[in-house]
Amino acid sequence: MSLQLMTYLVVGATFALYIFIAVKARAATTGEFYVAGKGVHPVLNGMATGADWMSAASFISMAGLIAFKGYDASVFLMGWTGGYCLLAMLLAPYLRKYGKFTVPEFIGDRYYSNIARVVAVICLITASLTYVIGQMKGIGVAFSRFLELPFEMGLLVGMIIVFIYAVLGGMKGVTYTQIAQYCVLIFAYTVPAIFISLQLTGTALPQLGLGAHMGGDPNNMFLLDKMDKTLVDLGFGAYTIQKGSTLNIFLYTLSLMIGTAGLPHVITRFFTVPKVKDARSSVGWSLVFIAILYTTAPAVGAMARLNLMETIHPTTGPNAGQWLKYDERPTWFKNWEKTGLLKFEDKNGDGRIQYVGKANKEFQNEMVKVDRDIMVLANPEIAKLPNWVIALVAAGGIAAALSTAAGLLLAIASSISHDLLKGIIAPNMSDKGELLASRIAMTGAICVAGYFGLHPPGFAAQVVALAFGLAASSIFPALMMGIFVKRVNNIGAVLGMLSGLGITLVYIFWFKGWFFIPGTAMAPNNPAHWFLGISPEAFGAVGALLNFVVAYVISGITPAPPEHIQHLVEDIRVPGVVRR
Amino acid sequence: MSEKTEYWRANIRLVMGCLVVWFIVSYVCGIFLAPALNHIRILGGYPLGFWFAQQGSIYAFVVLIFFYAWRMNQLDRKFGVQED
Repeated sequence: MSLQLMTYLVVGATFALYIFIAVKARAATTGEFYVAGKGVHPVLNGMATGADWMSAASFISMAGLIAFKGYDASVFLMGWTGGYCLLAMLLAPYLRKYGKFTVPEFIGDRYYSNIARVVAVICLITASLTYVIGQMKGIGVAFSRFLELPFEMGLLVGMIIVFIYAVLGGMKGVTYTQIAQYCVLIFAYTVPAIFISLQLTGTALPQLGLGAHMGGDPNNMFLLDKMDKTLVDLGFGAYTIQKGSTLNIFLYTLSLMIGTAGLPHVITRFFTVPKVKDARSSVGWSLVFIAILYTTAPAVGAMARLNLMETIHPTTGPNAGQWLKYDERPTWFKNWEKTGLLKFEDKNGDGRIQYVGKANKEFQNEMVKVDRDIMVLANPEIAKLPNWVIALVAAGGIAAALSTAAGLLLAIASSISHDLLKGIIAPNMSDKGELLASRIAMTGAICVAGYFGLHPPGFAAQVVALAFGLAASSIFPALMMGIFVKRVNNIGAVLGMLSGLGITLVYIFWFKGWFFIPGTAMAPNNPAHWFLGISPEAFGAVGALLNFVVAYVISGITPAPPEHIQHLVEDIRVPGVVRR
Repeated sequence: MSEKTEYWRANIRLVMGCLVVWFIVSYVCGIFLAPALNHIRILGGYPLGFWFAQQGSIYAFVVLIFFYAWRMNQLDRKFGVQED
């Protein structure tokens, strides 16, 4: 069976499954639309959170960035898992105890102010929209490859599918669908990784394969040593060694961790478990399911890179030491060229592909474009795996992108319809009106995100990293202080959120262009121009620090929160009913 | 000191302890000390600092959360503040 047909079949079958579940569980009441009636078992909730969490950034983009950045991409691995510790210990159980639908609702109540609630909505929408832009990039890559279309057309098809998918089902549909999606995506991620690990090292577990010896290599080198050697020989930096500044790597990781705990669509997940006790363990289960992918990703990245380099410049076999002839390039190469995400330019006119790093004195690099986001999808093809595995990866990538896009759109929609419209502007709105408003909000968000997805300010994982920085600088400090520091009041929290979000946004726009519009950046986006060498993706940690300081200091010089708020804080600190 | 304050203090102590471990496995072993730890190899060819950054820290996070949840549930019962 041809690859194209196989891909249609596998993607089609998984889709039929999601839509079947979504229709079966169509949301009836508003409560169910948002949080699935608070009846989801912690393990299942953990699995659904896993699917919700692992987006195009984790599935499609992250291993690609690891493949090209090596050790420096560890920021994604640690950042996107370590945040769950903060979530479990500092937020989830308390927010579950409080028991409302949305994050702005909590902030509005805790800081006894509609202004705080509106500011939280603004923070939430800014972070979530940026996140959806990253997803759209990933969705565009997946669809353009699998339909063999240019990237722009792939993106358009993706937008339509997200629209049908997210706007018609509610959270309940999404919760059970996401469990199915988790199964599809984890299967799709680990199966090719196991195959490739076996091929290269003879070890089935990718987590161990990455540390193992190369099977076919005459010198029996460790895979990681071989990577370092291959890359250094061709003029790239060594794989396992740090290249960026330590400060930037530290802040980047911190930003992603704090952002993880501040992203509304993940926090809302823990509103859906039955008890506070369950909220604690549910975060753990989420991380278990996430860790399966995250500990596999380093192997996927490294092995994909090694296979790519061996295809273009083999170090063993009959063509050892020769650059690949452009006319003899494999099918996957041609297919990706069609999407415009892979580009070759024969600079020295020898008809061969020279793919080298900056330090190489002998050749100029002729691979003028290798979009990092294609690596995971191209990986099974590069390794010459059977067609069904390649089709499976396409289905998994689409599952990952769709589930997260849906979760985020729901967070955006609920903050607009529930917090802004029903909560503040039109309290008498009917449930039906609220549902309608949230669907309109979702549609708007899809269009905006699709537009920016055309000219994304980075690779999917980097765009998503920006979203985390924004969440880290605005929402997390307000939530954490709301629980742990009784003294923080309305004025402090509002000014804290605004200053954190403001400084982070300005810093991002300064280097990435105002509102990500190409050509409007104030300075080139490279370490020489960054403040203390801190990249825009890492700046969220600085924004969060500012948020904490501003909120604390301002609260100290303004009146303390009223007594009933102090009681509210005491109440959420204990799981059971408080006896006074 | 009221029982509730006592419960909260115990909670904070537990969280602080967990976060110290959280910081050590990721930032200390995975970033600050990584270049030094890379001279040691484990599980075959993994340089230790690299392993912490790309594998070890993640395993540690999982263990930490379950440890925290288990200890917190104990505290809840000890202070009688658990849900029904």
